[in-house]
Amino acid sequence: MERSVIFSGFGGQGLLFAGQVLAQAAMAEDREVLWIPSYGPEMRGGTAYCTVIVSEEPVGSPIVERPDVAVVLNPPSHAKFAHTVVPNGVVVTNASLVDSRVEREDVSEIALPLSELASAAGDPRLVSVVALGVVAARTGIVLAGSVHRALVDIVGRKRPQVLDMDVAAFDAGIRAAGGRPIAEILRDEARALDATLRETVPVGREP
Amino acid sequence: MTAVAERPADAPFARRTRVLRKGNEAIAEAAIRAGCDAYFGYPITPQAELLEWMARRMPQEGRAFVQAESELGAINMGLGAAACGKRVLVSSSSPGMSLMAEAMSYMAGSEVPIVVVNVMRGGPGLGSIGPGQGDYWQATRGHGHGDYRLPVLAPSSIGEAMDLVAASFEIAERYRTPVILLADGILGQAMEPVEETYRTPPRLAADWALTGADGRPPRVVKSLHLKPEALEQHNRHLRAKEAAIRDAEVRWAGERLDDADLAIVAYGTAARVARTAIARARESGMRVGLFRPITLWPFPDAELRHLATQVRGFLVLEMSAGQMLDDVRLALEGARPIAFHGRTGGMVPMPGEVVAALHRLENRTGGPAR
Repeated sequence: MERSVIFSGFGGQGLLFAGQVLAQAAMAEDREVLWIPSYGPEMRGGTAYCTVIVSEEPVGSPIVERPDVAVVLNPPSHAKFAHTVVPNGVVVTNASLVDSRVEREDVSEIALPLSELASAAGDPRLVSVVALGVVAARTGIVLAGSVHRALVDIVGRKRPQVLDMDVAAFDAGIRAAGGRPIAEILRDEARALDATLRETVPVGREP
Repeated sequence: MTAVAERPADAPFARRTRVLRKGNEAIAEAAIRAGCDAYFGYPITPQAELLEWMARRMPQEGRAFVQAESELGAINMGLGAAACGKRVLVSSSSPGMSLMAEAMSYMAGSEVPIVVVNVMRGGPGLGSIGPGQGDYWQATRGHGHGDYRLPVLAPSSIGEAMDLVAASFEIAERYRTPVILLADGILGQAMEPVEETYRTPPRLAADWALTGADGRPPRVVKSLHLKPEALEQHNRHLRAKEAAIRDAEVRWAGERLDDADLAIVAYGTAARVARTAIARARESGMRVGLFRPITLWPFPDAELRHLATQVRGFLVLEMSAGQMLDDVRLALEGARPIAFHGRTGGMVPMPGEVVAALHRLENRTGGPAR
């Protein structure tokens, strides 16, 4: 099954980065993935976006007509993308900046004050990472633990001094969306994986 | 989609070592690993990251990187370095490629092996920075003035682009010819997971290259032949070389053709859109396959013609107004109906449009074959 997420907002909200983290998480689960930015000239205050397509098969069309999930972080992108999601799709709306809501019965819109949650985590520019937490908690496209590992890997390599803040923002997004703290999720995933390995690897042999 | 807290923790974890890499950067690194000695370029969207990657990596490897003063400078520096027997890469995007046309012709005439990457954007003119395939004619009809054709390789994924970089150097040196690697803005800008497997083609003895005439007679690399008889003889030699390339270097890929009674012909990013459209069309019972040329010149015409014995009709899909369409018509010689769907200006066709075009083709060819 192929599923797509569009991250949209304005430049400086970390959209391309969040998409890259999601793409790396999908890759780490041995899945096919394609990340594509909008690289056109965008007006100040307009929309910038990237799309991530996750699939079990090699990804076909790099442009999706209707995404499964739309993360919309500013009003122009809500106007442009929120209504384009598939039936039963998910819209993650940054209620800190966006007042309007999707007028469709068949859309699950999660409106949360993402910018404020990002500021509380330490930096308003982390708003996309908070949104990533919401996506991880509510869409099931990839494991929350995979996203966490991708975040730690990418930020840890490039800017380790802000890693704690990124993880806090991610955790804030998961919890605001009704998920459990990332530490608990990671512990449970590790236990489940451990149990799987016990079943498949004969005792006394290195896995 | 229902809201699910987490997927089960026994989801597959990576068994393969892959890295997420941008197309432009993947092409650049593949060239470095293929043994590229020198790179020359000038920045242009949507190709700029290729040059940026080279700017950082080539000095690390102790190799030559020059950001030239213009595209003309870049390609002529490339000509010079390649004439010295070096493995050379030059890259640009559509408007920049037009500026390079004169040197492309000179290099074809001088038989200089070089790999030139074109990350195509919307045209004509300065056009847009969106993805396009409108340089098909330019690439496959030689690119500059005079009688010649150049091998043109068109990847459809980032991993394939990496493979084709090494293949391009190999073909360039085997036949002493420029080779064009023809990508587009999507392939340049997108990121996909790739295996970090690289290939360094072995170096052939360049007994023609300008390496200093110390202890041997001087060599000449030139495209100027003032005597018509001599130039015609040189042209005959180039035709013989092109015939050898046609015989040995045709590449194409087929997908879901076994039971197909309709086929889409598409390359590069358009072929990926075709793949999605084919999956959807097959859900509604249509039997559609994909014929994907990888070498645009030499075009896989015999292979396409053979497919005409099986399918009732062809749909050519391009991000242009219909350029490869000419080669499909030449290959099929009227054997089967040919429909066309294309978008221009930096637009990418949507799978839904392609399915609609398939339905129109099906009706033209006698309705559904069930």
